[in-house]
Amino acid sequence: MKEYFDLFLTFARIGGFTFGGGYAMLPMMQRELVEKKQWTTNEELLNYYAVGQCTPGIIAVNTATFVGSKRKGILGAAFATLGMVTPSVIIIMLIASFLKNFADYPVVQNAFSGIRIAVCATILVSIWNLWKKSVKKPLDYIFCIVAFLLSAFTPISPVWIVLLAAAGGIFTNLKKEDNKE
Amino acid sequence: MNLWLLFFEFFKIGLFSVGGGLATLPFLNKLVEKYDWFTSGDLANIIAVSESTPGPLGINMASYTGFTGAGIMGGIIATVGIVLPSYLVILIIASMLQKFNENRYVQTAFAGLRSSVVGLISAAVLGIMELSFIQSGGSGLLELFNWKAIAAFLVLVLLRFRFQKAHPIILIVIGAVVGMAVGGF
Repeated sequence: MKEYFDLFLTFARIGGFTFGGGYAMLPMMQRELVEKKQWTTNEELLNYYAVGQCTPGIIAVNTATFVGSKRKGILGAAFATLGMVTPSVIIIMLIASFLKNFADYPVVQNAFSGIRIAVCATILVSIWNLWKKSVKKPLDYIFCIVAFLLSAFTPISPVWIVLLAAAGGIFTNLKKEDNKE
Repeated sequence: MNLWLLFFEFFKIGLFSVGGGLATLPFLNKLVEKYDWFTSGDLANIIAVSESTPGPLGINMASYTGFTGAGIMGGIIATVGIVLPSYLVILIIASMLQKFNENRYVQTAFAGLRSSVVGLISAAVLGIMELSFIQSGGSGLLELFNWKAIAAFLVLVLLRFRFQKAHPIILIVIGAVVGMAVGGF
């Protein structure tokens, strides 16, 4: 039982003390999981990240599930995953209920009108970085633009766009490989 | 609000959003159109708070949206919903990690997904930008756009590009202070 709690607490510490989501968590994970606990190696951790990127869900959570399952199977994975998300849920709900009580004050509304603009700026720069990392080949441009147009100007659900993109990726790349052979 | 429906919608988001927390944004945007759980304005505030608090962005956004829609139970259920699909998927993959990584269907599907997700997120941001930069009831170019907000936006984008290493919370605090100083955008 002690090991399950250890999994929970270790991941709660990682989730509760790192800002900035999945990638920002990597150094903290290396320190806690590789150096201190020696539950995994740097190489394995990077593998988990690589898989987390191309599987559904949130990367940090996926990594917690991996490490937990390696340590203690299905139940270990559950404790690690719950540990990762628990601080978020508590902190967010405290802030949300606090903000709800003050949302009607003009000062707060003015502040949030400025915050919304700042959020647009942060996301725009995140998108720019993603673009630089992910959109390189001509085909990537087509995928990106088609997904944008479908999502912005048609009522098609993102679910279908994601499925279409995966199918398109398989189709175009396998075809390319076949041509090479 | 129907908690089962909330669970189902977030389960769907967890199952189909690939590529990190921001990838859940297009789906949350869709929920704004589909239900009256929260508005576009709420969503912008939710992102601001989620970027400024510890923890994975996608989890923060799910707990906040669930809480806004249905209180504490809503926050918990949305979080469990978004986590459950990846929990199950990872448990399956964990037993054949190496094979999965090298599988060419996985690799090629991901090649298509990676660039499409950039387009999806861009489209989702348009909805939030519209709220800040387009004025309702305006006519003509001068009144249609909120030029004050656009000017502030450009300055903030430049700041963000200049200081990429800085934590987003700094930009959000600057936004809040400027918003209060000019009496709202």
